[in-house]
Amino acid sequence: MPARDKILGRIRHNLKRGPLGEEAANALKARLEGHSRGIVPNRTELPHKAQVDLFVAKASALAATVARIATLDEVPEALRDYLTAHNLSTKIKMAPDKRLDALPFDKTPMLEITRGSAEPSDEVSLTPAFAGIAETGTLCMASGPETPSTLNFLPENHVAVIKASQITGTLEDSWDRLRAEYGVGNLPRTINFISGPSRTADIEQTLIMGAHGPRRLHILIVDDEKKS
Amino acid sequence: MQVTSRHFKEGAHAALHDKDIQKAFSKVKGGFPVARAKAASELPEFEDLRDAGRDLKNHILENLDYYLEYFEDQVLLQGGRVHWCSNYAEARDVILQICRDADARTVTKGKSMITEEMALNDFLEKNGIEPIETDLGEYIIQLAHEYPSHIIAPALHKTKDQVTELFHEKHGKYGFTERLTDPQALVNEARSILRDKYVAADVGITGANFLIAETGSTVIVTNEGNGDLTQSLPKTHIAVSSIEKVVPTLEDASLFLRLLARSATGQEMSVYTTFSTGPKRREDIDGPASFHVVIVDGGRSDLVGSDKQDLLRCLKCGACMNHCPVYQAVGGHTYGWVYPGPIGAALNPQMVGLEETRHLPNASTFCGRCEEVCPVRIPLPKIMRLWREQAFETEVTPKPERWGIGLWAYFARRPALYRIVTRIGARTLKTIAGKKGRIVKLPLMGGWSSVRDFPAPQGATFMDQWKKQNRGRK
Repeated sequence: MPARDKILGRIRHNLKRGPLGEEAANALKARLEGHSRGIVPNRTELPHKAQVDLFVAKASALAATVARIATLDEVPEALRDYLTAHNLSTKIKMAPDKRLDALPFDKTPMLEITRGSAEPSDEVSLTPAFAGIAETGTLCMASGPETPSTLNFLPENHVAVIKASQITGTLEDSWDRLRAEYGVGNLPRTINFISGPSRTADIEQTLIMGAHGPRRLHILIVDDEKKS
Repeated sequence: MQVTSRHFKEGAHAALHDKDIQKAFSKVKGGFPVARAKAASELPEFEDLRDAGRDLKNHILENLDYYLEYFEDQVLLQGGRVHWCSNYAEARDVILQICRDADARTVTKGKSMITEEMALNDFLEKNGIEPIETDLGEYIIQLAHEYPSHIIAPALHKTKDQVTELFHEKHGKYGFTERLTDPQALVNEARSILRDKYVAADVGITGANFLIAETGSTVIVTNEGNGDLTQSLPKTHIAVSSIEKVVPTLEDASLFLRLLARSATGQEMSVYTTFSTGPKRREDIDGPASFHVVIVDGGRSDLVGSDKQDLLRCLKCGACMNHCPVYQAVGGHTYGWVYPGPIGAALNPQMVGLEETRHLPNASTFCGRCEEVCPVRIPLPKIMRLWREQAFETEVTPKPERWGIGLWAYFARRPALYRIVTRIGARTLKTIAGKKGRIVKLPLMGGWSSVRDFPAPQGATFMDQWKKQNRGRK
């Protein structure tokens, strides 16, 4: 008997039933398609502006750094300022993303931009985030031709760009946004939730940053929402 | 993996006298439990989430066949492949075949307990494929030819000095000859060596914290980012998972994610939580071209519907061992198989047999801390008690112990006789103790009384005192 049948057979035998009947199966299918939420922490039940502030506070507590800028066009200069302040390489591997392509890098001639997925020699990456989660200060990155996920891991320094309007309250909010963007039941190959830079405590429980992923995570938040 | 649980008593004795083990494990108390308590106190919904997590796992286990089949359908729809394996041998063979089909010479690995169970690394090596563990702790113990002493901090038993010597001995071939003592420098050295390994590997093998039925995704949770490099750089990604990891929806996974990191390390979220769905898409410029999910039973289906089904709720967070006084004293290796601590004491007898592991359910003070902190409220002490009963009933317990328990049971079932005997016993002990009220040396219990005095009873038994105190009351 194939292993599949053996395993499913044993489970059913031990549950003292056969395959689920139509009614029970339909109920489970409805549950799967209903996407109903369980208990969700109420800490993010805030006006959106306060959610963005919470995101900044949470991400900072995770040892990410955050800079807030007024428009997308300010990204090149903010990036340059960050790299020079930390004495980092100005060679940047940028996600081949249309929104980033439109940035005015002519203002920052010292930045050397190449586009593509990550290679081991890359020191700095620049990628657009899909969403931000205020609950925990987490970035949600969705992979695709314009957003290769290796850029989130291989370079030592990761700079992510996110618009304030992309910051949501909870993990569940990000699922809704993903379903709206990609269609129900159709996720991109890789979804990375990133909460601060890489770390390890595997040597005598001492916290060390930069284990395998980026040592530094810098988040540029573009305040794209109207002042109220 | 070889089972050495039979030697628990000798192992515990050795561990208690091993300075390095004592140094390493004495740090646990002030680390993980403190962080967990803080994280729990900062989330008002935490206790309700634990109830919901327990209930949701129970719902999944009641419908495990349905959710596994649904998951399989979604993986296939996304262009991935699913391999079902009843036991470890089948799983090892399937994984080897995938590696051979990929012409693999080296394989990088993210942390995975199920592959520890099946001793996959030894098997791959014997078949000419080099497995490289990439989680720093796993990397350290692979270099040292050891196995994990903790399910989320596998090299917990290693001191920094031992890592210094290990790296100095093993990293010379990569041109690193300096003896490093700074933890950051040690991490940097391992990081730079492993970078090349990620890129060179033909296959990346990870475990799975969750399988999402709704989308056919596998989920891994790490702090280092090693799992992500493992599953995104090689051409082939194999995710190995046991059957009970399936959850229905992304929302359901979110609930468990809120419990997992808080219970494990006290983080609100681990640094990297990654959902992988199928192989890379046609237009993608990175990611694996083929995606395999290996679903392993490995004895778990026997637990379904049994009096120990609650064990299958386990999220593998490690909270039970972090809070266990026995684990903190004897360390992880003493338990003698993959899972140490209370979860090992309750699970290992099922997985490798009660005969081999009969000491484990007894390696507990029954203080109940493990159950108090378990994110999905597994009644670990109750399950250990079930194993104790089973060991007695099936005569796995050795004769002298059975005789002792039998003798006690004889009196316990006869309350009148029990009272008389305890009354005589209490008086006798009081007389022996004399004015001091303590007994310095106990016959047959020299080991116990060599380091402490035995406080003698005061003369009357509890029942007698109770009667006296309540005399005249109604």
